[in-house]
Amino acid sequence: MITEQVITSKNPSTADKSDEIVIELKNIKKSFDKQEVLKDVSLKLFNGENLVILGRSGSGKSVLIKCIVRLLIPDEGTINVLEENVGTLNSAGLDALRKKIGFLFQSGALYDSMTVKQNLEFPLRRINKDLKQQEIDEKVLTVLDNVGLADALDKMPSQLSGGMRKRISLARTIIADPKIMLYDEPTAGLDPITSDEISSLINEVQKKYKTSSIVITHDIECARTTANRILMLQDGVVYKEGTLEEIEKSDDPFIKSFFKL
Amino acid sequence: MKSKEVSIFFTDITDIFLFTIRVIRETFSRNFEFKEFIHQCFQIGNKTLPLIAITGTIMGLVLTIQSRPILIEFGAVSMLPGMVAVSIIREMGPVITALICAGKIGSGMGAELGSMKVTEQIEAMEVSSTNPMRYLVVTRVLAAMLMVPLLILYADALGLIGSWAGANIKGDVSFALFFSQAFSHVDFIDFLPAVIKSFFFGAVIGIVGCYKGYNAGRGTESVGIAANSAVVLASLLVIIVDMIAVQFTDMLVL
Ligand SMILES: Nc1ncnc2c1ncn2[C@@H]1O[C@H](COP(=O)(O)OP(=O)(O)O)[C@@H](O)[C@H]1O
Ligand SMILES: [Mg+2]
Repeated sequence: MITEQVITSKNPSTADKSDEIVIELKNIKKSFDKQEVLKDVSLKLFNGENLVILGRSGSGKSVLIKCIVRLLIPDEGTINVLEENVGTLNSAGLDALRKKIGFLFQSGALYDSMTVKQNLEFPLRRINKDLKQQEIDEKVLTVLDNVGLADALDKMPSQLSGGMRKRISLARTIIADPKIMLYDEPTAGLDPITSDEISSLINEVQKKYKTSSIVITHDIECARTTANRILMLQDGVVYKEGTLEEIEKSDDPFIKSFFKL
Repeated sequence: MKSKEVSIFFTDITDIFLFTIRVIRETFSRNFEFKEFIHQCFQIGNKTLPLIAITGTIMGLVLTIQSRPILIEFGAVSMLPGMVAVSIIREMGPVITALICAGKIGSGMGAELGSMKVTEQIEAMEVSSTNPMRYLVVTRVLAAMLMVPLLILYADALGLIGSWAGANIKGDVSFALFFSQAFSHVDFIDFLPAVIKSFFFGAVIGIVGCYKGYNAGRGTESVGIAANSAVVLASLLVIIVDMIAVQFTDMLVL
C-alpha cells in the first residue's frame, strides 16, 4: 500500500546492496549533429541499489538512460546490462532484455487513446502472450493497489492529475516484474508533497520488487529520499560520484549550489 | 516558389520513399497487428463518414445544376445523367473524397503519432516488445488503403443520388430512369482506373500522415507542424498521383 505519510529520511536499504554489477557503461559518447551531449560517461549499477544521477536540465540525463535500453545508440563505448552487451544484441535478444527493464518516461508516456486498464494491460499482453485474462486482471489490480489508485481503472489518462499519471505510469512499468528500473525525472513538474509520495514509492518498489534502479533527477529532495549512491553529471562527464553524505560534505561550489547548502 | 522550399519538398519525397520501403518491409514480416488494423479502419470510417456523405451529395447536386443549362443549349439534356455519372466516377468522386480524407485522416494521423512521439509513447511501446512501425504505422497505412477506396465508392453513390435530386429540381426524372440513363454511359473502363487510383490515394494519405507524425520533432509545437504539413503534402501528392493516373489511363485506353 502507498504510505500517505511524507518520508524525509534517507533511503535506509543500503544494506541490501551487493557487489554484483547489473549495468555497466564504459566511456559512452553521444552527439547530436555537432552538439556533444555525452563526452565520456562510465558508470556501474550494483544489484539492489538505487543510483541517483543528478544533473541540470539539458545535461544529457535522458539521453544517457535511453542509451541503456537502446532507444538511442551511443556513438562510442559499450553498455552491458545483466551481463549482455546491449550493442551487439539482435532484435529478439534486445526484446528479451527490455522485458527485464522497466522504464518510467519523463512525460509518463501513458497511451492517450487507452483507458488506465488498457494501458496497464498493454505491456503484459505484449511481453507474455499466453497470460490468461484472469491473471492479467489480478496483476492490474495488484499494481494499481500498490500505487494507491485502485479506483482509476476505467479513467482515461487525460482525466488524471499529474501525480496520478506518474503513478499509473509507474504501475505500468512495474507490472511486468522488471529486475531493473530506470526512472527519468520521476518527480518533475509535481508539487512537493506528491514528489515525496513518488519518491517513497520508488523506495517501496526497490524493496518489494527487489529491483536495482537508476533514478534520474534534478530534484534534490527526491535524490535525498531515494539515493543509495549519487552520481553527478555535468558537461557530458561524470563530475562527482559518492554517497549522499560524501557529496554533501564536498566544498565544490557547483555541488554546493546544486544542494543549496 | 523559393529554392529552399523546393529542396525541402524533394528531401521530403526522398525520405517518404525510404519510409515507404520500411513500411512495406514491416508489412510482410510476421506478427501482423490485426486487431489494431480493424480498429484503425473503424476509426477512419467513423471520423469521415458524415463529412463524405455531405460533400458527396452536394458534389452531385451542384454538378448537375451547373451542367444543365449548357446541355440544354446543345439540346442534349438527356445526356445529363450519363455525363454527371462519368465525371463523378472517374474524377470528382475520387479526387474530392481523397482531398477531404487528406485533410481529415492525414492530419489526424500526423497529430496523433506526432503527439505520441513528443510524449515518448512511441518509445514506451518500443520498450514493451512492440514494434511501433508495425503496430502504429503499418496498420494505419493499410487501413487507409482499404477505407479510402470504400469511402470513394460511398461518395460516388451519394453523388449520384445528389445528382438525381438536382435533376429533379427543374425536370422530372424517376429514380429508375435516371440511373439507367446514368449507367448506360458508364463502362467498366471508367470504373477500373478510378478504383485503382483510389488505392494509391489511400496509400499516399496514410503514408504521409504517418511519416509526418512519426518523424515529428521534439517540442509540443512539432505536433501542430506535423499535422499541418501532413495535410499540405498529402493533398499535393493526391493531385500529383491523380495526374499520373490520368496519363496512364490515357496511354493505355486511348
Ligand atoms: N533525439 C535528439 N535529437 C537531437 N538532440 C537531442 C535529442 N535528444 C536530446 N537531444 C539534446 O541533447 C541534450 C540533452 O537532452 P536530455 O538528455 O533530454 O537532457 P536532460 O538532462 O534534461 O534529460 C539537449 O540539448 C537536447 O536538445
Ligand atoms: Mg530529461
